[in-house]
Amino acid sequence: MSKNSKPHFPKVSTGVSGLDEITLGGYPKGRPVLICGSAGCGKTMFGIQFLVKGITDHNEPGVLMSFEESSNDLSKNVRSLGFDLERLKKENKLRVDYVRIEPSEIEETGEYDLEGLFIRLNHAIDEIGAKRVVLDTLESLFAGISNMAVLRAEIRRLFSWLKEKGVTAVITGEQGVNTLTRHGLEEYISDCVILLDFRIIDQIATRRLRIVKYRGSTHGTNEYPFLIDENGLSVLPVTSLKMEYIVSRDIVSTGHPGLDKLFSKGGIYQGGSTLISGAAGTLKTILAAHFAVASCLRGEKVIYFSFEESSDQIVRNMKSIGIDMSPHLKKGHLTIHASRPSLQGLEMHLLVLLKLIKQIQPQMVVVDPISNLITIGKKSEVRTMLIRLIDDLKINNINAVFTTLTSDISGGFKNEILEAVSSLADTWIDCKNKIVDGERTRILRIVKTRGMGHYNNPVVCKISDSGLDFGSTVYQKHTKATT
Amino acid sequence: MNKQTEKLELRLYIAGQTPKSVLALSNITQYCKEHLLGKYSIEVIDLLKNPQLAAGDQIFAIPTLVRKFPEPLRKIIGDLSDKEKVLVGLNIRPVNKEN
Repeated sequence: MSKNSKPHFPKVSTGVSGLDEITLGGYPKGRPVLICGSAGCGKTMFGIQFLVKGITDHNEPGVLMSFEESSNDLSKNVRSLGFDLERLKKENKLRVDYVRIEPSEIEETGEYDLEGLFIRLNHAIDEIGAKRVVLDTLESLFAGISNMAVLRAEIRRLFSWLKEKGVTAVITGEQGVNTLTRHGLEEYISDCVILLDFRIIDQIATRRLRIVKYRGSTHGTNEYPFLIDENGLSVLPVTSLKMEYIVSRDIVSTGHPGLDKLFSKGGIYQGGSTLISGAAGTLKTILAAHFAVASCLRGEKVIYFSFEESSDQIVRNMKSIGIDMSPHLKKGHLTIHASRPSLQGLEMHLLVLLKLIKQIQPQMVVVDPISNLITIGKKSEVRTMLIRLIDDLKINNINAVFTTLTSDISGGFKNEILEAVSSLADTWIDCKNKIVDGERTRILRIVKTRGMGHYNNPVVCKISDSGLDFGSTVYQKHTKATT
Repeated sequence: MNKQTEKLELRLYIAGQTPKSVLALSNITQYCKEHLLGKYSIEVIDLLKNPQLAAGDQIFAIPTLVRKFPEPLRKIIGDLSDKEKVLVGLNIRPVNKEN
């Protein structure tokens, strides 16, 4: 199907953004695919999105044989995800056959087979010329039929029949205790098996998927987070991005003339990422606000993601030291998106960030602070998320500013987030509190900046009504460029 | 004790003349002749000819015998070789015991 796939191994788009990348083109064309996972992890969604996108994007009609939900219920359930099954049914692009098996009204005596199912499926496929089939959840048959020998033989026959029919079939299965599916469907479907996982870590839910096997094709082997939101499913192929971005040679102001002077080129590179670390009440948000306002004044668009303060609170506080954000907000140059980290999982946050970025197309993105994200994910997960975010921003040549909280106590940087992120940042500014003659003094230091020299000594800075003041700092010679 | 006063309406779903289907039809015809004394009807539906009829009665196995009337709906899947089970399943009182 796609241009990228090798001619000898045709694939069909999965309809799920991101999953095509991981599977290097999609599901194997004309073969059954098993999607398994525990209850409520989104198996049905994968099936429905496969069908709906097949119809809307590739004009391939599809058949859904549902063993669990009635056709009407299904239509209602996926309506909120933007899928209009009823319309597709009317257009003869989609057939939904609800197979209801009521064990209480069925007796078994003598020999039988499941030809009835085959006939129904065949009828639905032929009626609309379907290319895609979803069976959700085939294992419901095990509850209704007591003759296991017949059932297993018929399931085997069903899969080879589907292959002969030339349709690409997605079959869902409930995860068993020690097996991929409760009744061992994986024994029959060996071409492509995808395992979904729904984990609650610290009361926050995260969904992940992994390709267990994909015969005849290479594929991504990691666990990939996926999301279900108002636009359906999307998978984040975290590490699929390559380091091939073109970087800018242009210099932009940090937003404060005093700070600009600390860099040998009078500012930072356009499209770089800046990390501002510091203890509580140092300068982090103020510096970030300077960056944001400077960008707005250049006529650029800025998104400010706040994980600590509400939009109004930031505007008020910054105004008190002479940084006026409200005109930029009004003009639409500045967008402040405030949310609690614990509102949703990391992946969901990332998706919201990436979506807003796509929608607004900013030249600068501020995340204040990233350290709060550690409350909802492990260090490695936060790092993965930030790599993904920074990569995305880099590719689009967007300036990134991240703040992170560090503890004041020791001199070193013993902080999980800092450890994870500092290597990703192009510029690192560290702020500290220091008691000098019984007075608290804020000290700022450029730890690194890639590709240019910078002032090496700590700089004392004061905050007054008129903003940041680097006072009488004697600017020394800049060091040589660091890498 | 009342004998079966209502007429039993049965429907047998088959898919072509397979041995299982033929056997099921001859079995049920024989049971009905023996025990229902004409108070029955059997409609045979071949799904190969009318595949669209399979969904209505929720047919998945072949052969399937459906008792449409009296309610509630009952289904017996298989070639109906176990007479006892079929009669119990359809709630038919064997005639010879009452004589």
